[in-house]
Amino acid sequence: MQQQSVAHHTAVPFWRDVRVLTVISQIVFVIILAIVAGFFYSNLSSAMRQRGLVAGFDFLERESGFEIGEGLIPYKPSDLYGRAFVVGVLNTLLVSIVGIFFATILGVLTGVARLSSNWLINRIAATYIEIIRNTPLLVQLVFVYFGVFVKLPPVRDTFEFSGAFFANQRGLFLPRPLPAPTFDAWTSFILFAALGAFALWFYFSRHPKYRYTFYPITLPLAWLILFPLIGWFLVGQTPVNWEIPERGRFNFTGGIALSPEFSALLTGLVLYTAAFIAEVVRGGLQAVRRGQIEAARAMGLNEAQVLYLVIFPQAMRVIVPPLTSQYLNLAKNSSLAIAIGYPDLFNVGATIANQTGQPVPVIMLIMATYLAMSLTTSVLMNIYNARIQVLEK
Amino acid sequence: MTTSVDTLGPPPTTVGVLGWLRKNLFSTWYNSLLTIVSLWLIYTVVGQLLVWAFTTARWGVITANLRLFMVGPFPPDQVWRVWLVLGIVSVMMGLSAGVFGGTMRTFGVWLAAAYATLIVLDMIAEQGRPFADFARRFGEGGAGQFWIALPGMVWLAANLAILALGWIVGRGRAKWRARLILAWLGSFFVTVALLQGYGKDTWLPELGTNLWGGLLLTFMLSVVSIVVSFPLGVLLALGRRSKLPAVKIFSILYIELVRGVPLVTILYMTQIMLPLFLPTGLRIDNVSRAIAGMTLFTAAYMAENVRGGLQAIPTGQIEAAHAVGLSDALTTLLIVLPQALRMVIPAIVGLFISLFKDTTLATIVALLELLGVGRSVLAQPEFLGLQMEVYIFVAAIFFVFSYAMSFASYRVEEALGVGKR
Repeated sequence: MQQQSVAHHTAVPFWRDVRVLTVISQIVFVIILAIVAGFFYSNLSSAMRQRGLVAGFDFLERESGFEIGEGLIPYKPSDLYGRAFVVGVLNTLLVSIVGIFFATILGVLTGVARLSSNWLINRIAATYIEIIRNTPLLVQLVFVYFGVFVKLPPVRDTFEFSGAFFANQRGLFLPRPLPAPTFDAWTSFILFAALGAFALWFYFSRHPKYRYTFYPITLPLAWLILFPLIGWFLVGQTPVNWEIPERGRFNFTGGIALSPEFSALLTGLVLYTAAFIAEVVRGGLQAVRRGQIEAARAMGLNEAQVLYLVIFPQAMRVIVPPLTSQYLNLAKNSSLAIAIGYPDLFNVGATIANQTGQPVPVIMLIMATYLAMSLTTSVLMNIYNARIQVLEK
Repeated sequence: MTTSVDTLGPPPTTVGVLGWLRKNLFSTWYNSLLTIVSLWLIYTVVGQLLVWAFTTARWGVITANLRLFMVGPFPPDQVWRVWLVLGIVSVMMGLSAGVFGGTMRTFGVWLAAAYATLIVLDMIAEQGRPFADFARRFGEGGAGQFWIALPGMVWLAANLAILALGWIVGRGRAKWRARLILAWLGSFFVTVALLQGYGKDTWLPELGTNLWGGLLLTFMLSVVSIVVSFPLGVLLALGRRSKLPAVKIFSILYIELVRGVPLVTILYMTQIMLPLFLPTGLRIDNVSRAIAGMTLFTAAYMAENVRGGLQAIPTGQIEAAHAVGLSDALTTLLIVLPQALRMVIPAIVGLFISLFKDTTLATIVALLELLGVGRSVLAQPEFLGLQMEVYIFVAAIFFVFSYAMSFASYRVEEALGVGKR
C-alpha cells in the first residue's frame, strides 16, 4: 500500500519526463535543421536551374583547356579537369611536405636559440618570432614574392653562389644528383648498411645493460654513415654525378629548377610556421621541471644523457599535440598560394569552378580534399602521440 | 677601535658591464663565436635595411594614399563618421583607463602617445596646409562644410582631449565596471549604425558596407566577426558537451569540418555560394558575405576555446549547484558559463588576434581591406615597383595592433591568474 502510493506520487506527467523531453527536443532540433537545409537546397536548385547549371561531377571528364604553370605529373591543356585537379593536389602535397620538413628544422633551432644563455642569440630569436607572429602570413607571402622573388635580376644578371646555385627572375636553380654507372653497386652498400644498422639498433635497444645508453642510437647511426662512405670509395668511380644548371640563351637548363612562385610560397610558409613551432618547442622544453634535471644529474647521468633520457621524452609529450596542429596549419595555409599564383589545389580548383561555372561541386571537392589531408595527418600524429605517451607509465 | 680592513671587491670581470658581457655573451668559446657571427649578421642586415629605409625608399606612396589606407573607398565627405567612431573609442578607452586602471591605463597612455605622435607627424608633413584649406572651404561652403573640411589634426587633438577627459571622469569609479562593459558592447552597435546610416536624404545617408575599406574594413571585419561568432561559439561548445546525441553530433561535425579546411575555402564559399543558397530576391554585398564567412569560421574555433573553459570547471561546482536545487539550464547559465568564460578571455584575445590578421584573406575575394588597398595602390602606374614600402607599412600596422593585443592578453592572463589556481 505504502509503496504503491510512493510510486504513484513519483510518476511524472510525460511533458515533464526527462526521457520524453530528451527525445522530443532532439526531434525538434533535427526538424529545424532539416527545414533550414531544405530551404537552402530549394534555393540552390532553383538558382542553378535559372543559370542552367547541372549538378554532379560530370565536368571532371571534360577537357580543361587551361595551362598549369608547374606540376609533378605531365599535364597539357587538352587533359581532363580531373587530371588538372590532381596536379593541384600534388602541388599542395609537395609544398606542404617540403615546408613541414624545413619548418621543423628551423623551428627547433629557433626554439632552442630562444632558450640560449647567449643574450644576443636569444634576442635575435625573440625578435624573429615576434615579427613573424604579429604580422599576417598573406602580407609576408606577397612581400616575399612581389618584393623579393619577382625583383630578382633577369637571366643575364643572374646571382651565382659557388658556381652551382643560381637565382634570377625565373626562379632558383640547384644542382641535381644523377646516378653514375657505379650507382647500382653503391646501392647494395646502402642496403647492407641499412640492414646492419637495424640489426644493431634491435640488439642494443633490448640489451639489459646498454638500452639506457646512447649505443642504440649512435652505433647504428655511425654504421649507417660509415659503411656507404667506405662503399663510395670502394666502387672505384663516384656513384653520383651532379648536374649543374647551365646558362642557356633565355634561361637555365638542367639541374633542379624551382619556380619563383614555389620558392616564395615555401619560404613564406617555412618562415611563418617555424616561428610558431619555435614557441611550441620552447614551451615543451620549459615544461620539464628543474627538479627532474637536477635529480637526473644527481643520479650521475651526464649532460647528454640528461638531454636524451630525461628532457627529451618529457618535452616530446608536451610538444607533439600542438606541433600537429602547426603542421595542419601549414598545409591549410598553403591555400594562400592563390595570391601569388602557385597552382595549388585551391588555385586550380578556383580556376576549374570559374571555367565550368560549377562552383558547388568544385568547392565540395576542394573541402573534401583538405579534410582528408587534415584527418590523415591527425590520425598519423595521434598514433605517434599515443606511442610516446605510453612511455609515461 | 675598528681597524679599516681593505676588503677586496669582486673581480672586475664578474660585475658591471664587463661582467654582464662575459656572462651573457662570452661565457664559452662557442658562445663568443656565436656572438661575433650574430653581431656581423645584425650589422649587415639591419644596417642595409636602415640605409634603404632612409635613402632609397620612397615613402611618398604612403603619405599620398594615407586616406585610402585608412578608410578605402569611404566617401571623403563622410569620413567624419569614422572620426566620430574613433572619438567613441577614445571616450571608452579613457573611461576604462580611469575605471579599471592597470593594463587599461597602460593602453590609454599608449593611445595618447600615438595621438600625440600622429599630430606631430601631421604637422611636420602638412605644415598648416589643411588649415588654409579648411578656412577656404568653410568660407565658401559655410557651416555645411565645417565637419567635412575639418583637418585631421584637429580631430586627433580632440580625441586626445576626450581620452584625457574620460580618464579624469572615470578615475576611482570602480562601481562603473559592469556598466562600462555594457557600454563597450553598446558602442559596437552605435559604431555599426553610424557607419551604415539610414534613408537617402537624411543627415546620415545610408552608405552600405561595400564602401568600407582600408584599416576601417580590417577592424570592422574582425570586430563584427568576433562579436557575432561569440554566441555561436558558446552554443556550439555547449552543444558538443550536450547529452542529446543529435545536438552533439551536429556540433562535432560542424566544428571538425570547419577546422579541417582553410579559411580561404570558406570565404570563397560564402562569396560564391551564399547568393545561390539565399532566395533570389535577397542580395547581400561582398563585405557582409565575407563577414558571414569569417563568423562561421571563427565560431568553430571559439567553440573549442570555450569548451576548454567548460572542461576546466570542477564537477564539484556542478554537483553543488544541483544540490541547491538549480536545474541543468540554470547551472550552466549561472555557475558554469561565468567561470568558464572568465577563464577563456586570454584565448579569445588570441583568437581575435589571429582573426585580425586573417582579415587579409578578404583580399583574395577582392575586398579592399588594408592589404587590398595596398595592392590596388601598387597597381597605379605612378607607384609601380614600390612593393617593399607598401608591404612594410601594412605589416607594421598589423604588427603594432597585434603586438599591443598580445601584450594585453598576457597582462590579463596574469591578472586573472589563469593556470595558477
